[in-house]
Amino acid sequence: MGAGHHHQLYLPGGSVVHRLPPQCKLIAVFAFAVVVVATPRERFWAFAAYAVLLGVVAALARVPATYIVRRMVIEVPFVLFAFLIPVIGLGERVTVLGLSLSVPGLWAAWNILAKATLGVAASILLAATTEPRVILIGAQRLRLPSLLVQIAMFMLRYMDVIMDEMRRMRVARESRGFEARNFRHIPVIARSAGALFIRSYERGERVHLAMLSRGYSGQMPIIHDMSASVPQWGTALALPAVALAVLGLGL
Amino acid sequence: MHVPDGFFNAVTSVSAGVVAAAGVAVCLRGARRELDDRTAPMAGLVAAFIFAVQMLNFPVAAGTSGHLMGGALAAILVGPYTGVLCMAVVLLVQSVFFADGGLTALGVNITIMGLVGVLVGWAVFRLVAGLARGKGGVTLAAFLSALISVPASAMVFTLLFSIGGTAPIEVSAVAAAMGGVHLLIGIGEGVITALTVGAVLAVRPDLVYGARGLAKPLVLRGAEGTTTVGAPEPAPVRGAGRPFLLGGIGVTLVLAGLVSFFASSSPDGLESVAESKGFLDRATDHVFSGWALADYGEVGGIPVGVAGIVGVGLVLLVAGGVAYAARSRDRIKV
Amino acid sequence: MNSLEVSQLAYAYPDGTQALFGVDLSISRAERVALLGPNGAGKTTLVMHLNGILTAGHGTVTVAGTPVRKDTLKEVRQRVGLVFQDPDDQLFMPTVRDDVAFGPANAGVRGEELDRVVKGALERVGMLEAMDRPPHHLSFGQRRRVAVATVLAMEPEILVLDEPSSNLDPAARRELAEILRSLDVTVLMVTHDLPYALELCERSLILSDGVIAADGPTRELLADADLLARHRLELPYGFAIPAV
Repeated sequence: MGAGHHHQLYLPGGSVVHRLPPQCKLIAVFAFAVVVVATPRERFWAFAAYAVLLGVVAALARVPATYIVRRMVIEVPFVLFAFLIPVIGLGERVTVLGLSLSVPGLWAAWNILAKATLGVAASILLAATTEPRVILIGAQRLRLPSLLVQIAMFMLRYMDVIMDEMRRMRVARESRGFEARNFRHIPVIARSAGALFIRSYERGERVHLAMLSRGYSGQMPIIHDMSASVPQWGTALALPAVALAVLGLGL
Repeated sequence: MHVPDGFFNAVTSVSAGVVAAAGVAVCLRGARRELDDRTAPMAGLVAAFIFAVQMLNFPVAAGTSGHLMGGALAAILVGPYTGVLCMAVVLLVQSVFFADGGLTALGVNITIMGLVGVLVGWAVFRLVAGLARGKGGVTLAAFLSALISVPASAMVFTLLFSIGGTAPIEVSAVAAAMGGVHLLIGIGEGVITALTVGAVLAVRPDLVYGARGLAKPLVLRGAEGTTTVGAPEPAPVRGAGRPFLLGGIGVTLVLAGLVSFFASSSPDGLESVAESKGFLDRATDHVFSGWALADYGEVGGIPVGVAGIVGVGLVLLVAGGVAYAARSRDRIKV
Repeated sequence: MNSLEVSQLAYAYPDGTQALFGVDLSISRAERVALLGPNGAGKTTLVMHLNGILTAGHGTVTVAGTPVRKDTLKEVRQRVGLVFQDPDDQLFMPTVRDDVAFGPANAGVRGEELDRVVKGALERVGMLEAMDRPPHHLSFGQRRRVAVATVLAMEPEILVLDEPSSNLDPAARRELAEILRSLDVTVLMVTHDLPYALELCERSLILSDGVIAADGPTRELLADADLLARHRLELPYGFAIPAV
C-alpha cells in the first residue's frame, strides 16, 4: 500500500522504553538529536558511542536491528546527495580509485551521513515504541498549542481513510486502462486530486457536525492526563545525558 | 526535500525553529479567526489530504517523476493561514511519526516548505489573480504561484545553506543546482496545482478560498422584471488582510535579522562565500579544528556584505510580494 | 410528554433551495419510528434540525418539552443522539474509548464516572473488548455499533439514526437490529431500507417533497403499493409483506 513511508512504525510491546511517558521520550530524543548535531565531525569515536547508545535503547525496547535498518530507506535521497558532495565540493582534492574528490567534501558527506543516520535511527526508535496518539498526548504535555495537537490528531485519524479513497480512485482509473506514464496524463491525476480534496473537505465538515452533535464548543474535553515521575524523567534523559557526557569528554 | 539532521549546523537549525514557531503562531490565530471552532477538523482533514497528495507521483520528464509539495495548492484551496498550519502539521507528523526529515531540522523544513512555500505561493496567486480576473485568471494564477513557490523554497534553502550549511559547496553552485532542479519540479507542480484547482473550481467553486470573489450575482425575479443583487459576501473576514500582512512582514524581518546575524557569526556559510569569491586560500586546515560551531569566528569585510545584501534583497522581494498581495485583495473587496 | 414534537417546520438553504415545506410529526416516549422517503425528500435536512445544527426557518422543534433554540442547544444536543450514516464521520478520536467519552466529557463528566459511562455504553452495543482500539481498525459493522455507543453514552432521550443499515452485511445488519431492539430509548430511524423499517418499527412516516405524506403502522404503509409508488419507494424484488 502506497509508498513505504506511510507505514505506521509502532511496534507494540511492554518494555521499559515503551512504558516511559511520551513527553519524556520526546524530550530525550530531541535532546539527543541536538547533541549529535552539535558534535564536531572529527570525533569519530563519539559517533560510535552514540550508535552504541541507540543500540542499547533498541535492545531494551526489543526493537530488532533489521526493523530499524529497513525503515531507514527514508534516508536514501539524502544519502545519494551526500555521495555527491565530495565530487562537487570545493577545496583540496585527493584521488580515490581514480576519482578526484574534495577533502572538505568528504568530511561534509561523512558529517551529514553520520548525523542524519543517528537522527533517523533515534526517531525510528521513538516512533516504534510510542503509539502516535500517545506521542500527541506527550506533545500536549510539552505545551505544544492544543489546536496544533488537535489538527495532528485529526490528520492521523483520517490519513488512512483518505489514502483508502485515493487508492479506490486509482483502482477505478486503472481498471479502465489508465496508467500514468507521461506528461499528458497529468490532467487525469489532477482531477483525482481535485475530487480527493472535495471529499476531504466535505468530510471535514461532516466531522465538525458530528462533533457539534456531541456538545463540542471549541475546546477538546480533557480526557487524558499522563504525568511523568522524576525517576521516569531520569530514565528517559539518561540517553541524552550520556551522549552529552561523551561529547564533554573530548572538550 | 525533507532536510535530515546534520545538514545544517545547530545554530541555524534552532533559529529556523524559532522562525517556524513564530510563523505557525501567527497562522494559528489567523486560522482560528477564519474557521473558529471548525479549525481543528478542517485543517486536520486538509493536512491528511496534503499528505496523501504528496504521494501522488506524476511523470515530469522522460523516466523521472516528481511529487507535489503542495504549499501553493494548500494556500489557494484553504487560504494562507490554514495552508501554513496544514503544511506544518504534515511536516511534523512526517518527522515524528515516520522519521522523514530530522527532528532538529523540523524548523528548517517548516520554514522552507511551509512558510515560504505557502506565503510565496499565496502572494504570487493574489498578484496574478488580481490582474487577470475570472476562472482563467485563477487557473493561471494557480499555475504561476506553484511554479514560483517551489524554486522560491529552493532559494531559501540555498540561503540557509549559505548561512549554516555543513557542506563545502559553492553557494552559487547550490543555487544553480537547486534552482534548476526545482524550476523543473515547479513546472510539474504548477501544472498539477492549476488543474487540481480547476477541477475543484468546476464542481465546488465555493470551496476554493482563493476564488471567493467569483460568486455569481443573485437574480431576483419580481413584478418589475428581474434584478440582480451583489453576491453575498462569502464569510466576510474582517481585517484578515492586515494581520496577514503584518505577519508576513514580521516573518520577513525576522528572516532579515537572522541573515545579518549569521552573516557576521556563522562559520560555514561565510567560508563558502569567501571561497567562492577567492578570498580564502588558506582554507583547508580548518577541517581539523575542533568545535564545529566555533571555527572561523571572524572573517571581515566584503563577504558579510554580500551575504547580507543577497539575503535582505530576497527578503524584501518576498515582503513586497506579500504587501502587494494584501493590497490587491483589499481592493477586490471594495 | 412526547420525546419529539415537530410542528410546521420549513427550511430553505442559504442558496435559496427550499427543502422542507411544513413538517408536522410527534413521537412519544420509547416508540420506534421509521422515517421513510426517497433520496432528496429532505430526510437529512429534517434530521439536522432535530439537534439544532440547522435552525428552523419557520415552525418549531421540541425535544422532551425543550424547544430547540440557540440558548437551549447544549441541552438539546445532550438529549438528541444523532448517528451519522458514515461511522468514519462520527468516530473521529484516536481510540474507541476516547470517542465514546467525547460527548459525556463535553457535558462535564470526568474521572471514574466517565469511565463507568463509557463502559456501560460499549457494553450495550457489545463492543466493550474493542475499547482501546483505534476506530479505523474495526470492521464497518463494528464501527457502526461503536457510533451508536458514542451517542448512547450521552444518555439521550431520543436516538436518531441516518440509514443505519447501509453498507452492512446480513450478519452485521441482524446484530445491529438486535441491539436497537434491546435499547429502551425512543428511536427515529431514517431509511429507505423498507424491510429493515418493517423489522424494527411499528410505525412509519413517509417524508416526500418536504412534507409528511403518510403516517401509520409500517405494515399498512408498506402494503399500499400505490402509496409507495407515488413516493418513489420500492420493496426489494421478491419481498412480500407477511400476512397479518
